[in-house]
Amino acid sequence: MLLTRFDYKFDFMGKRHIALLLSGILMAVSLGSLFVQGLVFGIDFTGGTLVEVGYSQPADIEDIRKTLHENGFPDAVVQHFGSSKEVLIRLGVHEESKEEPLSSKILRLLQQGGEKVDMRRVEYVGPQIGKELVEKGGLAVIYTLIGILIYVGFRFEYRFAIGAVAALVHDTVIVVGFFSLFRLEFDLTVLAALLAVIGYSLNDTIVVFDRIRENFVKLRKQASINVMNISINQMLGRTVMTSVTTALVLIILFIFGGELIHGFSTALLLGVIIGTYSSIYIASASALGLGVSKVDLMPVEKEGEEKNTEGFKW
Amino acid sequence: MNHYPLWKYLLIAAVIFICGLYALPNIFGEDPAVQISPAYARDMKIDQALQETAEAELKNANISFIRVDRTPRQLLFRFKDTNTQLKASTVLKEALPKYVVAQNLASTTPDWLRALGAQAMYLGLDLRGGVHFLMQVDMETAIRQDEETYIGEMRTLFRENKLRYKGISRDVSGDGGILVSVADIEKRDQAKKLIEIEYDDLVITEINEGDEYRLHLAFTEKALIENRQKALEQNITTLRNRVNELGVSEPVIQRQGDERIVVQLPGVQDTARAKEILGATATLEFRLVADDDEKLGARSYKRRDGSPVMLKRRVIATGDQIVDAAATIDQRSGRPATVVRLDNKGAKRMLMITRKNVGKPMAVVFMEYHIKTKEVDGKPVTTRSKSEEVINVATIQEEFGKNFQVTGLTSSEANNLALLLRAGALKAPMEIIEERTIGPSLGQENINLGVLSIMLGFLAVMLFMWMRYKTFGMVANLALLMNVVILVALLSLLQATLTLPGMAGIVLTLGMAVDANVLIFEKIREEIANGNSPQNSIHVGYEKAFVTIFDANITTLIAALMLFGFGTGPIKGFAITLSLGIITSMFTAIMLSRGVINFLYGGKKLDKLSV
Repeated sequence: MLLTRFDYKFDFMGKRHIALLLSGILMAVSLGSLFVQGLVFGIDFTGGTLVEVGYSQPADIEDIRKTLHENGFPDAVVQHFGSSKEVLIRLGVHEESKEEPLSSKILRLLQQGGEKVDMRRVEYVGPQIGKELVEKGGLAVIYTLIGILIYVGFRFEYRFAIGAVAALVHDTVIVVGFFSLFRLEFDLTVLAALLAVIGYSLNDTIVVFDRIRENFVKLRKQASINVMNISINQMLGRTVMTSVTTALVLIILFIFGGELIHGFSTALLLGVIIGTYSSIYIASASALGLGVSKVDLMPVEKEGEEKNTEGFKW
Repeated sequence: MNHYPLWKYLLIAAVIFICGLYALPNIFGEDPAVQISPAYARDMKIDQALQETAEAELKNANISFIRVDRTPRQLLFRFKDTNTQLKASTVLKEALPKYVVAQNLASTTPDWLRALGAQAMYLGLDLRGGVHFLMQVDMETAIRQDEETYIGEMRTLFRENKLRYKGISRDVSGDGGILVSVADIEKRDQAKKLIEIEYDDLVITEINEGDEYRLHLAFTEKALIENRQKALEQNITTLRNRVNELGVSEPVIQRQGDERIVVQLPGVQDTARAKEILGATATLEFRLVADDDEKLGARSYKRRDGSPVMLKRRVIATGDQIVDAAATIDQRSGRPATVVRLDNKGAKRMLMITRKNVGKPMAVVFMEYHIKTKEVDGKPVTTRSKSEEVINVATIQEEFGKNFQVTGLTSSEANNLALLLRAGALKAPMEIIEERTIGPSLGQENINLGVLSIMLGFLAVMLFMWMRYKTFGMVANLALLMNVVILVALLSLLQATLTLPGMAGIVLTLGMAVDANVLIFEKIREEIANGNSPQNSIHVGYEKAFVTIFDANITTLIAALMLFGFGTGPIKGFAITLSLGIITSMFTAIMLSRGVINFLYGGKKLDKLSV
């Protein structure tokens, strides 16, 4: 049956130049978009107020916008959220009066027409928080990459570590670039998804590397490029299976998970696709480009491997 | 070949049994309940008498309850629906004004299960609805207040030692500190000596500028750190008392970093009231009104109507010395009033001063700090202000000490002030720098979406695994199911907060957890393709795939841990479920699935495998 036919011999490495070109284009577009139009940051990063209200009937966005603009909120951005009955209102940082919180005031304005409106969610983020989050978020991504660089360098070889991190940077840039290019909101959950993508993509890369390492020992006579090709082909069944199951649950999350985690599931879904591709091409191709060969791996690795298999018998 | 010793089977069975037990409470629902507990600062007992009173009140109002539980700390009534709960809460609140009456959700987990310590997962605010505040403690004001206290003390110190000084004030020119100025160098040395003996937490610098003889005093680095720490701790204690007074069940009040406090109030929808109470810095000061000939040691204050009044610099008593307060109605005027009780030190001083000043006017000053951060030219700028208002000037009729009452406020102000004084003052004002409110309907919706996603994701993965790996796929599916059970059990045991991203993390784990089994099964297929015997293939598949699985999972774990360290609130929930999911999947996908495979195939003569 269809699912079992993964075992074709593809010449992955032979097409690596095409893949590198494709990745180069994707990276260039991503970086270009980031430089030109930047990211649409959510209020987690910019500070401000966000109010989500629910109407009992489909709401008229234009009407709401007009009401708010005329009543002291000229900066209000109004949009539907998920369905036509839910409305999301974004405001900048506003002065809050002690008697009536911002959210109550907005609710009162919206209810003036006699419509049934209820408050679903209010978020306020002060200006000092946003700056901090941008900084801390960036640091978290960098620390993660460094931590991985060290672990992979320690378990494999530095060229593999560089290859793995190159793949991760590649994935991160493209996912962020996608959010920039399509003007999707980049909020805290998207950042979390990004870190999860790093974890996932790496998982994939390690599995391929592991096999490459094993085959370098087994297939001493083969050229490096062939060893890599064979390894990737051997792991193809697993790569496809895992990517498909993960993508499957993410598609479900994307469709049924609700509006609140839409950005999150989008980033993860994209990341899993890019991550699968990059662990085949970018990670291995980089290691190959850096000149990994059996000489670098064999003596040390054999020892390390044996020790580990023995240490962890189940 | 492929045999597990008995103890391994028993171990697996035990883990599953225990985890199943601890995951169980999540299946049981929750009863709407009303919880009665003693108000802070009052020695109220939760006893049989109280229970009888409460039951009688409910009976009077024709409200029936499912059952009542009494512990020394609280009385808990369960009701069949939220409507009854609401009615009961109103009735009980009125009948028991001295207790805190809060609406609550009580788990219906049976007693025997609860006796084992099993409880349902702790749901985050995005799933149960409520308010989340992040408050920044204004340390600058805290230090400023300490300096002002020191200035007051030094005035007394110098007076007692008959040292004449020209002035003591806060240094407003530079980085703060206190400036003491005296007439000559001798007095300065004397002052320095006095200060050195009395305070060991000040750095003293002599300043010589022309004829000026001054001392500059600043807190030592150690004292500053200690003061900040103290300010944060006191604010947390005060917040706890205030939240208790608000009647919120299961609040979370935690410090975050060096100067921030997280407050989470599940179920609270009225953010206006919560904000008013949590952030309030209102407190009182009692001062004597200055006579015309005492204007030198006096300062001008404003009354509520804007007219000025001169008050003496020396404070008789401050809000910190108030140990209890209650709102009431003044018997004579019929106006709202706040009854206060001073601590011993404050009462002694009050008694002494009022005795000496019978017939003279005394003023009550209502003080409040305001703090606001705005974005100016892309940079956050914090402005602080302190408002002082004389709410009441009354003639001292007779000497008094511990108990007295204060009028001059509106009814709601008197109520709030009583609550604030009772719960204690904030050491430093706080600013709300983050606020998230989730309505109850959205919370429930999020739960439904999360549960739906988990179930659908589960079905999809199961179907897929079965199609590709047949019998082995079903074993992997069983392992996956157990993985979810163990994950839920761990989350319940740890009482880690489950959030919507956390549920997404469970969904993601479902997709990724099968990876280990996929790796193993692919390896088994490979071995069979290489002509290995079925039994041997199983053995080699499990042994060989282990290192790969371990390496791959460790790196994902690194990313998840970074996420945990960085994340706040919901994101942390995601990091927790993701990391736990990875760890538990190692057990289920490797040990448990092996156990089942061994049980099915171990020791049998096999021609082919259903993989």
